[in-house]
Amino acid sequence: MDKTIKSAAEAVAEIFDGATVMIGGFGGSGAPIELIHALIDKRPKNLTVINNNAGNGRIGIAAMIDAGLVKKMICSFPRSSDPRAFTDRYLAGEIELELVPQGTLAERIRAGGAGIPAFYTPTGYGTELAEGKVIAEFDGRSYVQERWLKADFAIVKAHIGDLHGNLTYSKAGRNFNPLMCMAAKKSIAQVSQIVTPGEIDPEIIITPGIFVDGVVEIANPQQEEALIRAGAAYK
Amino acid sequence: MTIDTREDIKLSNAQIAWRAAQDIADGAYVNLGIGFPEMVAQYQPPGRQAIFHTENGILNFGEAPKEGEEDWDLINAGKKAVTLKPGAAFFHHADSFAMVRGGHLDVAILGAYQVAQNGDLANWRVGSKGVPAVGGAMDLVHGAKQVFVITEHVSKKGEFKLLDKCTFPLTGVGCITRVYTSHAVIDIKGGRFVVCEKLAAMTMDELQAMTGAPLHTDGPVADLVVPQL
Repeated sequence: MDKTIKSAAEAVAEIFDGATVMIGGFGGSGAPIELIHALIDKRPKNLTVINNNAGNGRIGIAAMIDAGLVKKMICSFPRSSDPRAFTDRYLAGEIELELVPQGTLAERIRAGGAGIPAFYTPTGYGTELAEGKVIAEFDGRSYVQERWLKADFAIVKAHIGDLHGNLTYSKAGRNFNPLMCMAAKKSIAQVSQIVTPGEIDPEIIITPGIFVDGVVEIANPQQEEALIRAGAAYK
Repeated sequence: MTIDTREDIKLSNAQIAWRAAQDIADGAYVNLGIGFPEMVAQYQPPGRQAIFHTENGILNFGEAPKEGEEDWDLINAGKKAVTLKPGAAFFHHADSFAMVRGGHLDVAILGAYQVAQNGDLANWRVGSKGVPAVGGAMDLVHGAKQVFVITEHVSKKGEFKLLDKCTFPLTGVGCITRVYTSHAVIDIKGGRFVVCEKLAAMTMDELQAMTGAPLHTDGPVADLVVPQL
């Protein structure tokens, strides 16, 4: 078994117009910048993008929005140190927003990957984000029904991957990435290094390869925060 | 009539954070909201060590690294670079919010636009304009054994922040257990504001005049005493 993909361009080649794409990362931590930029080069249209945020500066998801690729964002916090890309399009009515509390977003993705179509959470009960949703009482307390989230593709960033797609992560760069690998029809991870099966201690594998369809080696990945501090823009 | 908001005697944000920090036990698992609540970490009493949780997947993170030594995969929920303390752990987002909603945190501390006497909190948006952003606020108010608010007692415009009912969009219903303000420490018990401590230089009537719901007492009200910081 060899899930290696040779280039970032090849990794995103199947992402089609109108696709729903989960993109890993929390801010820049664990964000697959090279895969996102390869996707911008391909220029698919009308994407629904699922991420915790909605881009920062003029790179990554913000650059996808600038390039007009994104029809809808599903996220918890569409703000950042430089949120112009999303803010301008949102206020102009050019991009849809589905705002989801962060823990609910994570659990909806997990549920999507775990075959659980809906679940109940206390989060959001009695707030405007629960309007129109099913409410049920359990043991005297009210809960909001939330539905699973699934996607056509997930693009994530991991640290070490092997040919079977087993993944480890770097520090807090894990965040949504393992969940998104579970919840997409096709999950592709960029990793700093691809190794042969057996080289990663099974005890430290965070995402088992069954959840991963492809791994692409990006040896020295860029960090969103460093690019933003350098004033970088991707077009 | 304008009320006297006793700006002359009010605690600084650092002093409010200090007071809240005194109520965090040694070994407690604590989430501090982004911004003002992060100050609480600086004022842990000597000999006590809380373990801080950040939503993006770290337990037991520490202070910011030196300039130039940041690792941008090692950040907190406010997207600031942090360091690790011995015994730190990483986990993914679903586990992180299982810690929150599942009742595993001892304390969560948040800021507030408004708090109601029944424990309702409004802290995520003030109206319908602009780009809404909620982050983890609606999750964090559910599950921690104690959910504290730290806040000025009245808004900068002199409007009530402690009210009978919130007027801004809610973050959570009946979720707050205690409020540390610039003038008092107030428990929320049985749908009422119960004053535990107030600044010695003010009367209960003055505190009541600054509060948009009836204040109650349950035994003697202690003086709110904090050091110069």
